[in-house]
Amino acid sequence: MSRENNILVKLNNAGFKQNGKWLVEGVTLAVEKGKIVTLIGPNGSGKSTTAKIALGIYKNIEGSVEKYTNKVGYVPQKISIDWTLPIRVRDFMLLTENIKEEKIDEALSLTGVIHLKNKSLGNLSGGEFQRVLIARAICKKPELLVLDEPVQGVDYTGEIALYELIKKISDSLHCGILLISHDLHTVMTATDHVVCLNGHVCCSGSPMDVARNNEYKTLFGEQASQILSVYEHKHDHVHLDEGEIKKN
Amino acid sequence: MFDDFFIRALVAGLGIALVTGPLGCFVVWRRLSYFGDTLAHSALLGVTMAYTLELNIALSVFIISSLIALILIQLQKKTNLPGDALLGLLAHSSLAVGLVVIGFLTFIRFDIMGLLFGDILAVTTDDLLIIWTGGAVILLVLKLIWKPLFASTVNYELAEAEGLNPDRAKAIFTILMAAVIAISIKMVGLLLITGMLIIPAAMARNISDSPIKMVIYSIIGGLLSVVLGLFSSLEFNTSSGPSIIMASLILFMLSLLNIKQSIKLKN
Repeated sequence: MSRENNILVKLNNAGFKQNGKWLVEGVTLAVEKGKIVTLIGPNGSGKSTTAKIALGIYKNIEGSVEKYTNKVGYVPQKISIDWTLPIRVRDFMLLTENIKEEKIDEALSLTGVIHLKNKSLGNLSGGEFQRVLIARAICKKPELLVLDEPVQGVDYTGEIALYELIKKISDSLHCGILLISHDLHTVMTATDHVVCLNGHVCCSGSPMDVARNNEYKTLFGEQASQILSVYEHKHDHVHLDEGEIKKN
Repeated sequence: MFDDFFIRALVAGLGIALVTGPLGCFVVWRRLSYFGDTLAHSALLGVTMAYTLELNIALSVFIISSLIALILIQLQKKTNLPGDALLGLLAHSSLAVGLVVIGFLTFIRFDIMGLLFGDILAVTTDDLLIIWTGGAVILLVLKLIWKPLFASTVNYELAEAEGLNPDRAKAIFTILMAAVIAISIKMVGLLLITGMLIIPAAMARNISDSPIKMVIYSIIGGLLSVVLGLFSSLEFNTSSGPSIIMASLILFMLSLLNIKQSIKLKN
């Protein structure tokens, strides 16, 4: 880790070209310890590509990426498990690192899927699998967590609980999070820094700065901008699991 | 102890089964059966090279198979042909070249049937040494690359993102494939080696719910196939390769019965 400034990963004017077409270009951003950076943007705007550049999955990139940690947890946007593999949830939890049994149980309990531990991965529903993916990523206590639409297919109450969990993890593990989300409500409540993509960085800054930005308004519409400004006033408390309200 | 040809064959076969078990699981998981076949076909060229240059057969087969694997990787990068077409191209052309070269080597008497289908009479004490030391090295290396190889088999991007270097694991695995073919060519024969890799693993898939179990069952299946196959080969005077493969086929069919039972239990 870079000592002075807590930076975990940094993209300098990074871009990636596939079959002669730019998927994304000119992205500059940094994820710091304990901070949540969120990428927003329409479909095909290069959000997942940016995450993959940050993770080092794409090799031949323009610009540069500096990664200061190897303890990475990744929840990809889409993943398909081959039927030829006999693999249970607990085998999957151990995929990239050996982890103690009780840590596995703890992570699976946090995401609410401990009862599936010995089930075959191929038999899970989309939402269940998504919860397992999140459990796997947080279980190894990563320094950098990259979450590409982590709650897709999860039921509504689960979605809120999982986002709260993610926020909690960022606080307790003090890890940096690169989050991709299309849920603007979430973006507002938890994020420290928003990067709005549309093939390039269209604007970035604190959630409020982005909400006021004109380019953002043209991209998402006036209404989305209002969602954000509503939060500016409302965001003074959080709802805990038990229904209590906690003032910020 | 190793004076008797049958004991030698048995010890050789068991050594091979220990290695093909785990490797075969990866062949099944990564859909590499045709790739294994291609390497095995190219082994004939390796054998002819061994005779011409008076090299050790296993070593020469290993070199040629690795070379074919390298050529394949290059062709995949440089052409737009689909993978299976390239595999077919390499498999059949290397087999053809091997057979043509044999035709020219009139001064050596080849036992073509033995090469294609295996010959238990051909196993020497030196072969045993190659199989068991080679096999031990292969297993050790596989153990070392297990995590990145398995993780990237499940999902390449997860493995890459979380710093496991899947490309290196894949390259090493390719070399291991060439090595296992090299050590088992005499015993099983080049047309049937892929069967030795796939059938016990496929049998194991039917009865296991976790990767480790599949590897263990696959090894057990391979060992049983060798014992059953070799005894029947002795009894009915059949080639060793086909006998071993038939034994593993029978085990595979038995594993299908197991599936039917478990489905019945579920309903």
